[in-house]
Amino acid sequence: MKIHEYQAKALLAGHGVAVPRGEPAFSAFEAGAIARRLGGRVVVKAQIHAGGRGKGGGVKAAADAADAERIAGEMLGMTLVTPQTGPGGRIVGRLFVEEALDVASELYLGVLVDRAAGRPVMMASAAGGMDIEAVAADTPELIHRIHVDPRLGLAPFQARRLAQAVGLSGGPARGAAALMGRAYAAFTAADASLVEINPLVVTAGGAVLALDAKVTLDDNALFRHADLAELRDPAEEEPLEIEASRHALNYIRLDGDIGCMVNGAGLAMATMDIIKVSGGEPANFLDVGGGADADQIRNAFRILLSDSQVRAVLINIFGGILRCDVLAAGVIAAVTELGVDVPVVIRMEGTNVDEGRRMLGGSGLNFTTADTMGEAARRVVEIARQASAP
Amino acid sequence: MAVLIDERTRLLVQGLTGREGAFHARQAVEYGTNVVGGVTPGKGGTTHEGLPVFDTAAAAVRGTGADASVIFVPSAVAADAVMEAADAGVALVVCITEGIPTLDMMRALAFIGERDCRLIGPNCPGLISPGRAKAGIIPGHICREGRVGIVSKSGTLTYEAIHQLTRLGLGQTTCIGIGGDPLIGTSFIDALGLFEGDPATDAVVLIGEIGGAAEEEAAAYIRDHVRKPVIGFIAGQTAPPGRRMGHAGAIISGGQGTAAEKMAALSSAGVSVVGSPSDIGAAVAAAIPSAP
Repeated sequence: MKIHEYQAKALLAGHGVAVPRGEPAFSAFEAGAIARRLGGRVVVKAQIHAGGRGKGGGVKAAADAADAERIAGEMLGMTLVTPQTGPGGRIVGRLFVEEALDVASELYLGVLVDRAAGRPVMMASAAGGMDIEAVAADTPELIHRIHVDPRLGLAPFQARRLAQAVGLSGGPARGAAALMGRAYAAFTAADASLVEINPLVVTAGGAVLALDAKVTLDDNALFRHADLAELRDPAEEEPLEIEASRHALNYIRLDGDIGCMVNGAGLAMATMDIIKVSGGEPANFLDVGGGADADQIRNAFRILLSDSQVRAVLINIFGGILRCDVLAAGVIAAVTELGVDVPVVIRMEGTNVDEGRRMLGGSGLNFTTADTMGEAARRVVEIARQASAP
Repeated sequence: MAVLIDERTRLLVQGLTGREGAFHARQAVEYGTNVVGGVTPGKGGTTHEGLPVFDTAAAAVRGTGADASVIFVPSAVAADAVMEAADAGVALVVCITEGIPTLDMMRALAFIGERDCRLIGPNCPGLISPGRAKAGIIPGHICREGRVGIVSKSGTLTYEAIHQLTRLGLGQTTCIGIGGDPLIGTSFIDALGLFEGDPATDAVVLIGEIGGAAEEEAAAYIRDHVRKPVIGFIAGQTAPPGRRMGHAGAIISGGQGTAAEKMAALSSAGVSVVGSPSDIGAAVAAAIPSAP
């Protein structure tokens, strides 16, 4: 789960990471008042779950409180398009108003789990304030990495070594090393999958602070962080995806016109792939899970069909635990009850498949059945094409 | 022959008294697996599904001589169950549970790394050696004894591949679901090494997914160490970047972990990579000259 910059900074500050003074604002008036409290010279930052905000006009310096209020008025409600939002952009609903600093240098600091090594890695670079992925691609030698023993945590000497590697010395090196230890503590305490401070800045006075912060939390660990789970911002998520997660369904909306309902994440991705290979475009990723029941099938249909772009539906179920007769009953009930009027192609295989096919065939409903994934994909692409023809 | 499990395996079920654990223990017994007992804290001394239940893995190993364990406990306590089994001396631990916090798994991996224990999973369907034994949830009836090894990050997509092979008369030595989480115990490389060394395996099917670099690492290993034909498929060719596609590990981030990169790496290592998941079976048949 992603959280906003101001929430990430509060989380880090709770572990002793130095951050500039600042407060979130939900109106221009509030932004002005916060700027006044902070002494006038501030930075107004749009809070959306995507990076590259500065490039899209989502980060602006204000000379005084009146200026901050004016900027906030322009920014709130705007559609912010950044390299990470996609062309549709995001509507700005909240701001962060933060004191302006006299920055001497910008660094990069990140903590995440290195999948291959099976342990956390802390990364630091003197090339701060830039897109770190571009740095990694163009000048990989500028990124320094230290693996952390998960049972010991980040050792102080490791932090000192990283601070030195990015060119710091004296007070700023001590400050950065201390901050690294605190950032690592925040990473583990919050069950984060990513803590990124970009830029980490050294001020003209030699202080080291997190000027921007991005924290992604491990969804699987939210059950033990009720306080963090509350930071979810529904405005940043697709309503259909939230609805799906309420029914233990995994749904991701895409741009095509062929709705998919599949059990299992790998098979669901493979089904999207085979639709594409067959010349069609999937409208979504939808994994109903291993043990879906009739109720979940109904909810899955409802969510799938709320997307008005869907012209045909492909159901691909490999029944291991989920029996094909149970699936067929669920599909028949859902189609009847919801009055589904788009064509449905069903491919199912596995336990009790013959019984399932008999039920679909005898239902009197308009299903197209297929024996293999390949055949099912060809049929659904064909049908979707006919449906979209004028 | 088979790898990792066979008719001599003495299997324990951690979480035997739960719904999932009981159901799959029964399935395993019906398949002919030598299931020797279960572990549920607080229910030691009772029997469930006709099997003796122990309070701890250590007691279960002492009481039954178990050398493998399959885990069906809730995600909040699953990493602990993995460590418990490893500490009790179980050599093969198969963790089916999905949704385990990454940092829990990271600590568990560090713990079992110091012991003589192999972990399969977590968040995986487990493994099956057709006609011999199974540990996990792969349906036995779709498998057939034979000479193809399968290693996969996926669950139902693995069933799809098995089914295609079985329909073509191509049986399997062992099918291993290694799981789709960012941190897993047994990698593609581990499984490839086992199949390469198994005289009964003629060819290997490798099914990967977007995210991480495990497929690229497997490609490098195949180039240097695997002489048997390998057939590959990567799920998620059409997945958008930045979105987690179901599995916690299945996410394209920063342009890394795309299907195109993985397919190219495998192809250049000599793997027959199929673009469509429905072509897996046919590609295996083509790779084994003597296949029926």
